Amino acid sequence: MSVIPLLLSLGLALVCPPLLLGVIHKTKAILTGRVGAPVLQPYYDLWKLLQKGAVYSRTTSWVFRAGPLVSPAAFLTAALFVPLTTPSALLSFWGDVVLWAYLIGVARFITVLAALDTGSSFEGMGASREVTFASLAEPALFVALAVIAKVTGSVQLSEMFGPVLGQAWRTAGPALALAAASFFLVLLAENARMPVDDPTTHLELTMIHEVMVLDHSGPDFAFILYGSALKLFLFSVLLVRLLVPVHIGVVWLDLVIVVAGLLGLAVLIGIVESSMARLRLIRVPQLLVTSGVLAAVGLLLVWR
Amino acid sequence: MAQGIDLILVLAMLLNFLVLGSSRLRACIRAVAFQGVLLSILPLLLHQGDLAVHMVALSAGMLALKGVLFPWLLLRTLRDGSMRAEIEPLIGFTASLLVGAVATVVAFVLSSRLPSLPSMTSSLLVPAAMTTLLISLVVLVSRTKALTQVLGYLMLENGIFLFGLTLVQSMPLLVELGVLLDLFAGVFIMGIVIYHISREFDHIDTYHLTTLKG
Repeated sequence: MSVIPLLLSLGLALVCPPLLLGVIHKTKAILTGRVGAPVLQPYYDLWKLLQKGAVYSRTTSWVFRAGPLVSPAAFLTAALFVPLTTPSALLSFWGDVVLWAYLIGVARFITVLAALDTGSSFEGMGASREVTFASLAEPALFVALAVIAKVTGSVQLSEMFGPVLGQAWRTAGPALALAAASFFLVLLAENARMPVDDPTTHLELTMIHEVMVLDHSGPDFAFILYGSALKLFLFSVLLVRLLVPVHIGVVWLDLVIVVAGLLGLAVLIGIVESSMARLRLIRVPQLLVTSGVLAAVGLLLVWR
Repeated sequence: MAQGIDLILVLAMLLNFLVLGSSRLRACIRAVAFQGVLLSILPLLLHQGDLAVHMVALSAGMLALKGVLFPWLLLRTLRDGSMRAEIEPLIGFTASLLVGAVATVVAFVLSSRLPSLPSMTSSLLVPAAMTTLLISLVVLVSRTKALTQVLGYLMLENGIFLFGLTLVQSMPLLVELGVLLDLFAGVFIMGIVIYHISREFDHIDTYHLTTLKG
């Protein structure tokens, strides 16, 4: 296997994430009749934040400073396992799907710790919500991944989302469709998108993810923003690979297909966000349980 | 073809969960109606050999009754009865969904124990029928509005219809037509009765109906 496609997809994974956010924002702006910020605005925001200095409260400890460093690092490590276009990702071994899921768990854990470290009851509340919803989203994610693992006969991300998946759609279409629907709901919940969390507000009653990072500033906040964009990117790549399992064999063409799929998914998320209101907080667990039940029915379909 | 049948059956199963998870009565009525429409397509897909006239008639009748007439009647009752369009279940929505998931597992396990008929075209048919039956029972037990009782009853019939489809070749048309007729009469009477109950007593909660006994 040549090195260039691998480096190319790694570079894409590093550069692309804020673009997805930009496309989502632009879609929402167009659908609500506004001009909206430029598609590249998230990059400008990151650049601006990197120029600034960080402010640290005297009550915080090293945990608070470690948060913004560890979480993007965990996401970057997770990105190495995600097969973007090439037959195999940069790193790959039997069972790496569990590591992938828990690298995202590590990032959440350190973000929650950093939020608790500030001692603010407000951030504690956000941390508690994040963990509550994550504990419901994680089973749904794993059951959805189990459907794919069962269908493709592999627990290795590169093979699960590899060429076998295309043939599997013909034999186990309904189950995979259920897994994809469940995965989409998990994607919305994990990335604090609309029906679960409103990423644009700073109202205390609506925030889950935003509230935990309120005290981070400057470059730290830039890392956090980049990390969450990367998380969205990781989930999106897997969903696109699941929904569009096309493998032409020519690297460039495959790359174009995946990027087009990612942009399409970003537009879809923008449409979902514009067309529905945020759910009441007590209804969010129901949404996540629904997601889990969808995946569980899918698993039953392939497992009987 | 087999893919299409499986897809319809899976969609029908998911609509059960929509009924369990939705708090809007209107959405539930639409979901059950859509389930009826989906099931009315099935006899046309499941037939082996030539398309018999009675199968087409059954599909058309089912489509007209469950897809058009029943939802129209129920939505009219909902509107004219000026009742609250929200469901207040005895079991919470999240818990109902979990019970539904358990019911689905039970249905799959049970149907794997049943002997399979040679005439069965899709292996999903019996599990889907069992799931619909079990979840309709959950709906009947846990939702106290009179309208949701009707919905549970309709879902029960959908499940029975699915079971009937396993014998699609030999199923006498008269039996299925009889069931449809019973259902039609049932829903018609219930629609009228609910309408009158809600006019007389300004609520249609079956929980309170037990206290009416002399």
